[in-house]
Amino acid sequence: MDEKLENHIEQYGFPIVPDEKSGALQWIDMRELRVKFIISVEKIKPFFEGLKEGKLLATKCKKCGRLFFPPQKDCPSCRTDEMDWVELSKEGQLETLTVLFVRPPSFANYDPYTVAIAKLDDGPRITAWLKGDPTKARPGMKVRVEVSKRKEGYYMYELVPVE
Amino acid sequence: MSENVAVIGVGHSKFGSRKDVNIPELAWESIKPALDSANIEQKDIDFFVVGNAGVWSSEAAIPALMAEYADLAPKGSMRVEAACATGNAAIRVGYQAIKSGEADVVLVLGIEKMQESPNPTVIELIGRFGSYFWEFENFGLTFPGYYALHGTAYMMKYGATEEDYARVAVKNHYYGAKNPYAQFQKEVTIEKVMEPKYVAWPFKLFDCSPITDGSACVILASEEFAKDVEDKIWIHSQGVGTGTANLSRRSDFTSLESARYAAELAYKRAGIDMDAPYKYLDGANVHDCFTAPEIIAYEDLRFAKRGEGVQLIRDEQTYIGGRIPVNVDGGLKAKGHPIGATGVSQAVEAYKQLLSKAEPGRQAEIKHGRWLAHNVGGTGHYSYVTIYGLEKLKK
Repeated sequence: MDEKLENHIEQYGFPIVPDEKSGALQWIDMRELRVKFIISVEKIKPFFEGLKEGKLLATKCKKCGRLFFPPQKDCPSCRTDEMDWVELSKEGQLETLTVLFVRPPSFANYDPYTVAIAKLDDGPRITAWLKGDPTKARPGMKVRVEVSKRKEGYYMYELVPVE
Repeated sequence: MSENVAVIGVGHSKFGSRKDVNIPELAWESIKPALDSANIEQKDIDFFVVGNAGVWSSEAAIPALMAEYADLAPKGSMRVEAACATGNAAIRVGYQAIKSGEADVVLVLGIEKMQESPNPTVIELIGRFGSYFWEFENFGLTFPGYYALHGTAYMMKYGATEEDYARVAVKNHYYGAKNPYAQFQKEVTIEKVMEPKYVAWPFKLFDCSPITDGSACVILASEEFAKDVEDKIWIHSQGVGTGTANLSRRSDFTSLESARYAAELAYKRAGIDMDAPYKYLDGANVHDCFTAPEIIAYEDLRFAKRGEGVQLIRDEQTYIGGRIPVNVDGGLKAKGHPIGATGVSQAVEAYKQLLSKAEPGRQAEIKHGRWLAHNVGGTGHYSYVTIYGLEKLKK
């Protein structure tokens, strides 16, 4: 518990603090909630195995050939889960981008980063961080997907401009 | 069954940083005037709907909290969530309950107390209104970031500039300054909008709607119940569309397909010519959570052709007196964007405008007797287009 709050409890007899701007009294919640979710990746395991080998994998419906990226387990067109895992070409064209200056606190350990969407030559689009100078990036520019390791030590992919 | 559904009463709290009230107190600020203006009592209400996204605030069972504070128990209720379109989703539930004959009178409340959480927490939570795993967990997209992807694509394709986006903020602050319920009641200049650092390029601070506390309330009623009510407007139609969670599954970043779809449905049901819908409307509220999406909305709603929306703001055609006045209450940009309340606030604005009860300097001329509300959840993840009319819809 921070010192300021402790002082206020002493002063008011409650965890009550005046709002800095308006002075209106605020009760500070004493029950902190920290959440961390656990997400199943069981059915798209090959995607992560592929990434470790430097491959970008998508799912393809065995029946109709529809391609899914991000990969999904089921084809809603054919209502089947008979899917092949196929490697995507890592070449594509940049479609749009932004540079995130105000980052979520959970990304505070990163410098401002560029997020871009590219259309791969095989058809699907991909969202990822874009390497390099964002002021030189333009829609239509050729990019390739590179598998790399994040700061935290695990594999991810990024978009890299093709010279 | 009730063929037509009326809005017979409205209420609106002051939007902003409302550290002076808790959630039920803030709700009552709009419930009370809504009951008063509809001239009804709690016992007349058959059902109530609460639009509340609410992950940033302390209370979870909001309808029950309202039942307790506002004497609405034991009437049926429901909490509705559709990201930033939550308010309009709540209106939809009420509208359909009356149309189906399940209810005669429905209270629809939209409320959000976003400032119960510190700003960094809110940024973290709103970032999740896309596809969590593929966009937020791995790439840290923020909400300004999602729309900035569109803002950039629009600039690059149609030659819009950051100054053009600033013009939207200038207009909405101009009208916000005339709205006593708005969070920001100060005009801004293009220079002032261009000044701050980037939040998510090309957006700067004044390109973004704020984090807001607020509530808005409307009372909906059947044709039979509304027949003797003097001040009322009608819901002519409502179109709803849904988009993909991942932006990478969209084919275009200069438009929102779900909004185009919702608009087509709404225009068709209201008998409005899709080639020039603005000729049937006296004004509109569009979802300007950022500046660029207001321009994109002009096009999705067919106020301008694709690529020509930016010309509307350059030529001041969305000010009062232009082709179609847009966001003359300040919009989300200046009025504020308490997520669950926004869609209901748009309905309150339609009521005030159509009945010529808007504050001086921001009353549009009412010639056609129709007002449009466009409310988008996420980045086109959910789109609602609602058309309100002064007279019953002629079949």
